[in-house]
Amino acid sequence: MTKRHIVPIIYIIFLMLPIYWLLNMSFKTTNEILGGFSAFPREFTLNSYRTIFTDPTWYGAYINSISYVAINTVLSIIVALPAAYAFSRYRFLGDKHLFFWLLSNRMAPPAVFVLPFVNLYSAVGLFDTPWAVALAHTLFNVPLAVWILEGFMSGVPKELDETAYVDGYSFPRFFTRIFIPTISAGIGVAAFFCFMFSWVEMLLAKNLTSVAAKPIVAAMTKTASTSGYELGLLAAAGVLTLIPGAIVIYFVRNYIAKGFALGRV
Amino acid sequence: MTKVQNNRAWFFVLPVFALVAFNALIPLMTVVNYSIQETFGNNEFFWAGSRWFEDILRSERFHAALLRQIVFTGIVLLIQVPLGLGIALCMPKKGPWVSVCLVLMSLPLLIPWNVVGSMWNIMALPDIGLLGKAINSLGINYNYTRQPFSAWFTLILMDVWHWTSLVVLLCYAGLVSIPDAYYQAAKIDGARPWAVFRYIQLPKLKHVLTIAILLRFMDSFMIYTEVVVLTGGGPGNATTFLSIDLVKYALGQFDLGHAAAMSIIYFLIILFLSWLFYTLMMKNENT
Repeated sequence: MTKRHIVPIIYIIFLMLPIYWLLNMSFKTTNEILGGFSAFPREFTLNSYRTIFTDPTWYGAYINSISYVAINTVLSIIVALPAAYAFSRYRFLGDKHLFFWLLSNRMAPPAVFVLPFVNLYSAVGLFDTPWAVALAHTLFNVPLAVWILEGFMSGVPKELDETAYVDGYSFPRFFTRIFIPTISAGIGVAAFFCFMFSWVEMLLAKNLTSVAAKPIVAAMTKTASTSGYELGLLAAAGVLTLIPGAIVIYFVRNYIAKGFALGRV
Repeated sequence: MTKVQNNRAWFFVLPVFALVAFNALIPLMTVVNYSIQETFGNNEFFWAGSRWFEDILRSERFHAALLRQIVFTGIVLLIQVPLGLGIALCMPKKGPWVSVCLVLMSLPLLIPWNVVGSMWNIMALPDIGLLGKAINSLGINYNYTRQPFSAWFTLILMDVWHWTSLVVLLCYAGLVSIPDAYYQAAKIDGARPWAVFRYIQLPKLKHVLTIAILLRFMDSFMIYTEVVVLTGGGPGNATTFLSIDLVKYALGQFDLGHAAAMSIIYFLIILFLSWLFYTLMMKNENT
């Protein structure tokens, strides 16, 4: 412990304060929250959590969110793997332009795409299904996945491919049996970032669904406005949205930082 | 790595190309369509030429939103990049605390953006929130729903809270990848900490810093959800940034022509600045 470790400690305390406040509120009744300022719940209650776990519109919304995030992550990784391989191993017609075009979709503000997306997915009959949100989120997650995976793949020497071919591996067998296990850390990092950006996004998720596939982020805004700010409930729902992310981050903690560092821009 | 020229690699890229084209090109064409036509409902469209574009480029509302956006992004970058770099430099290099630090620091990144907005919304309330109460008890009159300055302060603090960790993670990754030999050489030469930073760490971090700045630039330029939940663009229009203004045009007023023209201008601004940054960096890397 040296003097300079104070800096990250202060920073972490700063980060934890709002989270502590959210936890604190989630154990209070709405009346106590609105009644005044208190650093700890005076009447400790789990009612908000009980409501969420027993009301299908609440826990259903969690299931909806998790389903589109899962579809999106799997889809993004599956299509990004061969593309990243192509970018890392071959030069081909228009490769640099294509790469920048892909990245440019990461730069597109979701606000620009809301209205056209609603039209598009209504036209193909996917509106208000998890697939609509999952597909819409590939707009920014696929470029990101290609970017990260390409970085990891460029770190794998080409001799690996060549040795495998000499040993008589066909390309599909080499790719699934040797190459994918070699870059599993990269896949983990890419999946983490896809999960993260799909989980936190609200504008598209909310506007591409109405009733059947309503995600948790939309459920929260609607409940807040109709029943006159159920703050305790809102806080409890917020705390529960932290959990999936925390679980995922625990598994990839050693690789997160490497993901971008290895990639080229 | 030397790459082989092989145009059949296109087959590998095809799935990505098809998916992104479906997702990006069709909607973009819709936007372009709206931006040059006029509609009175019933799916009847009339040619409007560049009228919407001229309107938007001349409108003071757009200029004001663009100016606010640039100021916000500028402040956010100026705070987060040096702060993130500083924290990464102070972090322990190895040991059990590294994982703890990384997991705790990543938490804000994984909270849905509307939750981030509501957390800060409630926390900054002057009568019942921790932050609002604390500032007011210092004798400063603070109320983010009434005073534009307080609203800006809260927004920037929220964004620093939310996103500085991304800069920390990236810089930290860059720092641990510097081989020990560099530090040993610096020690033998008797280099001061400042010299180590200036001539070893900073050059080695250039790559990750560029990524961090690029990502932070793009995301802060598109900020929408957190601001809508926290201030709703107010008080007045004090925190109405480009995305918020755009959604007001498109979904609030259903003014499709203006919204579409503004979308295209907005997208082009981000695209141009990112392209500029990207090519400048690639140039430096090649030389």
